[in-house]
Amino acid sequence: MHGRRTDPKGFIVRALLMLAQLVIPLGVAAVTIFDDGDFGGTLLWAAPIVGTLILFNVLVAYLQWSRLTYTVGDSDIRVEGGVLSRTARSVPYERIQDVSLEQKLLPRLFGLVEVKFETGAGGKDDLSLTYLSEAEGARLRELVRARQEDDLPVASAAESRPLEEAVPLFTMSPKRVLTFGLFEFSLAVVAVLAGLAQQFDFLLPFDLWDIEEWEQRLAGPGQWLAGLGALAQVVGVAAAVLMLGVVGVATGLVRTALREWNFRLEQTAKGLRRRRGLLTRTDLVMPVHRVQALRLETGFLRRHFGWHGLKVISLASDSGAANHDAVPFGQMEDIAPVVEVTGFALPPADLRWERELTRYRIDQVVLAALFLLPATLVSAIIGESWLWLAPLGGLVFIMLDQWWGWRNAWRALGERQLYSRHGWFTSSLAIASRVKLQSVEVSQGPVARLRGYASLRLGLAGGRLRVHGMPLDEAYAWREALCESMAHSDFGELLEKSGA
Amino acid sequence: MDETPTQPLGRAQDELTQLDPRYKTLMRTVAAIVAFGLFIAATIAEFAIDGWTGAVWVPAVLVTAYLVFYLPMRRFAARGYSLAEERLRVVRGVLFHSDTVVPFGRVQHIDVDQGPLERGFGLATLTVHTAGSHNASVSLPGLAHEDALAMREDIRAAIRRDTR
Repeated sequence: MHGRRTDPKGFIVRALLMLAQLVIPLGVAAVTIFDDGDFGGTLLWAAPIVGTLILFNVLVAYLQWSRLTYTVGDSDIRVEGGVLSRTARSVPYERIQDVSLEQKLLPRLFGLVEVKFETGAGGKDDLSLTYLSEAEGARLRELVRARQEDDLPVASAAESRPLEEAVPLFTMSPKRVLTFGLFEFSLAVVAVLAGLAQQFDFLLPFDLWDIEEWEQRLAGPGQWLAGLGALAQVVGVAAAVLMLGVVGVATGLVRTALREWNFRLEQTAKGLRRRRGLLTRTDLVMPVHRVQALRLETGFLRRHFGWHGLKVISLASDSGAANHDAVPFGQMEDIAPVVEVTGFALPPADLRWERELTRYRIDQVVLAALFLLPATLVSAIIGESWLWLAPLGGLVFIMLDQWWGWRNAWRALGERQLYSRHGWFTSSLAIASRVKLQSVEVSQGPVARLRGYASLRLGLAGGRLRVHGMPLDEAYAWREALCESMAHSDFGELLEKSGA
Repeated sequence: MDETPTQPLGRAQDELTQLDPRYKTLMRTVAAIVAFGLFIAATIAEFAIDGWTGAVWVPAVLVTAYLVFYLPMRRFAARGYSLAEERLRVVRGVLFHSDTVVPFGRVQHIDVDQGPLERGFGLATLTVHTAGSHNASVSLPGLAHEDALAMREDIRAAIRRDTR
């Protein structure tokens, strides 16, 4: 068996990407060089250098392409490459958690995909092949899946077939994507923009923070608005806020559309298959039996419209994050069938939910007050006029935060699953299978020991799960029950078995 | 706060095994190295200030005594482990108390490490790794080296039994 080369068009894409990286430094250089006016003379010696640079890049790209080969063996996939230093990596089929295909804009124009073999090593250590033709990518994926299933060498490419009939579980229409985008209003961008405007206001043709100038701008040549005085100021501030708001909404819309366009989640024999993206199209399969837990999230505003998001916590990594978006934005009736497919269940109506101990939240407030009250006093005595409002305001905020947090934190232990709900701005419900936990820890700080409550920290593959403010007895009772559930299965078997 | 690890309610908890007594000496040695630096600094400060007032030296000696004699005792008393019921249970922490359980079936691999000081005392640290991304590894320092090796064999045997 001999190695195959990646798609020749991939070499063109690589060369183009390398050139694109060259353009920026060249542009900068050009601006500084041509500044002195002697255009023709400079071009005379600059052109050969630029030409050589381009040629060199193309040559490097060609060498890299020609040296990179991959071999699909009986038990592993091997990739060999490198121009100056040779590297060879082999990944056995059993260790491949998932094969994902990714298409960035430029490769997509050429009909190429990047194939990533995820081993759970996370990020950089994963094996990836850039770039293969779409058909070859799909064939490789099928091949890996087939080998994993029956560990028998499959004769040839003819054996591989397209993914068997896929049942669509959830799709997002353009309208849904845009609605989602509206809720993704980016506060961060607004904050960054406002900050930048303050930092770099010298770049703007006008002074953003000069309210009077805004007045004039609004007033126009007639300046009749200026006569209105206070009202004009209000209008000026409103205009600034409105502009930032528009930018925030637009950013949210664009980012969401780029990421979620044409979102499709299907149920296939191999798991949940998700495709999404406008410019960068990603195609990912999450094997159902590798799902460790679910996270159901909603936002401060969208909750009132019934919009929720479902994330799947899995062993394989989704470009770094262990959470895969399964339903980014949907109503509960969209989410319920997906939850069912993963082998988990939404909390039943008769589940007994428990609150955190009020003691736990009160102690948090008392601890904050221990620092903030003296700070208030000190700043009231020696600080500037209104400085004492800052620590006091902080304390009031913490009190409200703790009270609201307490109101929204619930936990429940079901027969097969455990549930933890928390968060006040973005409410999040974690659903974990009792069997699929890794370790259980009961932890107590000094205050917690004094007041008799504990936190339960659960080891979960690919995610974090903590339950705070439990009575100590209950924490130990939960641990006993969870260990009992965990003892009946081995982790190795868990990976093979499907369902929870 | 009691001297012994708190025995919680719920199901009858298995008795905790104490760590090797040499671990107490190890912790004292480590603390002594730190305290020695503090002691030197305090002595220099004492000489720098005119007259031997003891204003720096006496607190420094008290802190040293606390670090070297009292704290290791408390820390040692707060620690313990158990291997009962096919689970590794590790209890630790004087101020921040934690009580962790890892079922053998969840163990991915096991380390037995010896640092230079540990080797001098014939001690070892046993670390079990799970597939979890948080709390992924649970380590148990202060075991006699041969005990750590025996525990590793026990856990390994249990895993092999589980996976046939």
